[in-house]
Amino acid sequence: MFLEGYGPLILRGTWATIELAVLSLLLSLLIGLVGASLKLSSNRLLRGVATGYTTLIRSIPDLVIMLLLFYNIQILLNQITEWLEVEQIVINPFLAGVVTLSFIYGAYFTETFRGAFQSVPRGLIEAALAYGMSPWRVFKRVLFPQMMRFALPGIGNNWQVLIKATALVSIIGLSDIVKATQDAGKSSMQLFYFTLVGAFIYLAITTLSSLVLTWLERRYAVGVRGAEL
Amino acid sequence: MIEIIQDYWQAYLWSDGYRLSGVAMTLWLLILSIAFGFVLAVPLAIARVARNPLIRGPVWLYTYVFRGTPLYIQLLLFYSGVYSLQVVRGNQLLDAFFREGFNCTVLAFALNTCAYTTEIFAGTIRSIPYGEVEAARAYGMSRFMLYRRIIVPSALRRALPFYSNEAILLLHATTVAFTATVPDILKVARDVNSATYASFEAFGIAALLYACIAFVLVWLFRRFEIRWLAFMKPQGH
Repeated sequence: MFLEGYGPLILRGTWATIELAVLSLLLSLLIGLVGASLKLSSNRLLRGVATGYTTLIRSIPDLVIMLLLFYNIQILLNQITEWLEVEQIVINPFLAGVVTLSFIYGAYFTETFRGAFQSVPRGLIEAALAYGMSPWRVFKRVLFPQMMRFALPGIGNNWQVLIKATALVSIIGLSDIVKATQDAGKSSMQLFYFTLVGAFIYLAITTLSSLVLTWLERRYAVGVRGAEL
Repeated sequence: MIEIIQDYWQAYLWSDGYRLSGVAMTLWLLILSIAFGFVLAVPLAIARVARNPLIRGPVWLYTYVFRGTPLYIQLLLFYSGVYSLQVVRGNQLLDAFFREGFNCTVLAFALNTCAYTTEIFAGTIRSIPYGEVEAARAYGMSRFMLYRRIIVPSALRRALPFYSNEAILLLHATTVAFTATVPDILKVARDVNSATYASFEAFGIAALLYACIAFVLVWLFRRFEIRWLAFMKPQGH
């Protein structure tokens, strides 16, 4: 039998992990883009807020932030609903997981994007403006594609870290790979074997993503001449 | 807030009454894992850049597996997985070692950070300026002396900025230690949370403590860099 009958359970866990990671990636990419533009804006207040966010989040361990947010979002929400005198909203743990992970990794993506935006040569932007492009079009046609080339290695790194960080969500009660394999191991008395299976699934995911990332990096580097060594 | 600090400051900082806990425990874990990881990583990094694939291959596999899986899974494997094996329980020495959550935690952390550190050191060994190696050869140094006097010291110095990152990441990673019943800062915070239900204060204090340790580490590594990377700076008169 496939994994002694625990195959479907583990498959569901794997799917939950992938879903969680991809959704968090998309949301944190968005936060990262917004954060980077705040950090590069000329408004001192916005810059300060973004700097505070990235410094604070990056100096506190992700698990601590997870627990802090996980327990407190609900309490805060309860207080708001009580104050508004409406019915209590119970957040689903999956959504809480996505929000917390995105909030944490948004800070890392902010730094990645800030560095990448700053690496785009000024001349390109000036040339685009000289062609009469609107600022939005400059962003879409010149700044963004160029920036992605510089940001990709960082994005890849963050993605790999994010995938591995999703292993922690079982601590806040989500049924991911870790939870599924631990449950399977405990009820079949083969904890060692099933933990290895979990590790192998993570290894497969990270291997696959590093292959995709290499391909993407090559794709975005089309037309860039490297130095011959 | 004040009451929690008054009641639990000792547990948060160094002792919960009969053993190390809180900041002291986290630092002790960090120091042990970094020390074991570092000592193992230097020879492994040299093996990682070896020309012989039979030496290079196993080290590559080790770093690949340990960097490709989450530390939490590795900890679970060592803490609950290994101890569920009959072979381990049967052997007195292994039984005594794996029964202690602390030992399993240090083992998992050291192996994990060692994998990352090996890759860092291997990277800086590979990027050593060829002139340095050629000059050493021209002096007639043997291979061993070449490594001892030229390659390893230079590679370790140039690895410092990356190594400081790894140390911070390891500090963040030590938070999973509480799942193996090690009373680190987060374990204390969880206990405080379940005793007082003041989760914001309980975890907020933990977050502040971790941030302080991270800032101290950053400051410390900056001092190290000023001292040991002085030769990389542009020279003035």
